[in-house]
Amino acid sequence: MDIKLEVQNIKKIFNGRKIFSDINFQLENKSALAITGRNGSGKSTLVKILAGVLSPTNGQVDFYLNGKSIDLQNRYQYFGFVAPYLQMYDEFTAMENLELFARIRNIEVDKDYIDLLLKRVNLYERKDSYVREYSSGMKQRLKYAFALLHKPPLLILDEPRSNLDAEGISVVYQIIQEQKQSGCVVVATNDSEDIQFCNQEIDLNQFRNIAK
Amino acid sequence: MNKIFNINSALTIFIKDFRSELRTRYALNALIMFVITTLAIILFAVANETPSIEISAGILWIVIFFSAMSGMARTFVSEEERGTVMTLHLIAKPSTVFFGKLLFNLILLFLMNIFTVVLYLILIPSFIIKSYDIFLLTIFLGTIGLSAASTIIAAIIAKSNTKGTLYPVLSFPILLPLLMIVIKSTKSALEGIEIAKAMGDFQVMIAYFVVITAVSYLLFDYVWKD
Ligand SMILES: Nc1ncnc2c1ncn2[C@@H]1O[C@H](COP(=O)(O)OP(=O)(O)O)[C@@H](O)[C@H]1O
Ligand SMILES: [Mg+2]
Repeated sequence: MDIKLEVQNIKKIFNGRKIFSDINFQLENKSALAITGRNGSGKSTLVKILAGVLSPTNGQVDFYLNGKSIDLQNRYQYFGFVAPYLQMYDEFTAMENLELFARIRNIEVDKDYIDLLLKRVNLYERKDSYVREYSSGMKQRLKYAFALLHKPPLLILDEPRSNLDAEGISVVYQIIQEQKQSGCVVVATNDSEDIQFCNQEIDLNQFRNIAK
Repeated sequence: MNKIFNINSALTIFIKDFRSELRTRYALNALIMFVITTLAIILFAVANETPSIEISAGILWIVIFFSAMSGMARTFVSEEERGTVMTLHLIAKPSTVFFGKLLFNLILLFLMNIFTVVLYLILIPSFIIKSYDIFLLTIFLGTIGLSAASTIIAAIIAKSNTKGTLYPVLSFPILLPLLMIVIKSTKSALEGIEIAKAMGDFQVMIAYFVVITAVSYLLFDYVWKD
């Protein structure tokens, strides 16, 4: 699958305060983009705009799949997203959450694949526990299963290692590397270790696109 | 791919909400308590007097209107409060979410209205229905109109900071035409008018539902996204 994400002149203003402007870049197959910057520099804001869950004040984000432009409403089918502020449904178990998400996405509920994902993030033994009984690290692991459920060509990770232990972090690094082989990945982080696999970087402290 | 919304997905959102409701009783308890307490207060207030047809028809819809307010508002506020709005954004298109939520409100309001009407018939002896066909059709069309309007209003207020108070303020002007027509039609049912003479009212109710749903569908994209 041939994918391209094209970002043009993105600007975001929150309540009259400019967070960033003139963000321009392109992301193509088999690349990994790092979005860096200090706290409050707008990393999360930018990834939300890329994912299409937040509108930019100005500018636009285009997404192409095999050369065909995909409109904003249908992009959810091709994007995977993980962030500390993302929430699963507390009153359902991990398994129920993933099955519901697959059904709502209208993709086949492939139990074997769901099991595989749960084993991968080491939650298989706890798949039938309610998410409300999960620790924050376990919740973060579940979000990776959520994000990979539909095998998205673009994976967007905001603070990928938040709440994770060493083993969890190494799984995440594996996921990032595999995703880079099969599609694209965007990593928003403060941590220099997280961007070791990235070949492009946007430093929001400087509001500009540095070629790395 | 370019369908207005996906039926299977909308149904699953409905099922999710329904199972979630069974586990958390987020809206249901509030609704039932509301109906019971208002009806009890009305009973005390009416005491031994026999309310006129106009008044008993009006009171029924006041009970339905305010309990719908207290329950329906939860549909989007619960997602907003728990921070799962973004999760829904990431797995479905806005119109699918809207129709899933609309279906949930519809079923919830139907169940609640059956409960309210049965209780009302038992507790208010002077509430005697003479044209059952008009009455049932009024409850049916009133319920779908009320759920359609409450769904979009709930979506709007979930994004505001003054969730509780804004709901009745915003819903009153939107729901007033519907309330006036259903009260009139309920009165016709109590008076025992022939159904043929009430057709005009039903057409208005159907038109109301269609217009509100169409406007909501167009509006929802803007409301749903930050
Ligand atoms: N919903 C919002 N309303 C107003 N301001 C916001 C909102 N979300 C973020 N901001 C502001 O935007 C800036 C960037 O936030 P964020 O993108 O979360 O930064 P980062 O992820 O880089 O730490 C911050 O100053 C924050 O206060
Ligand atoms: Mg952030």
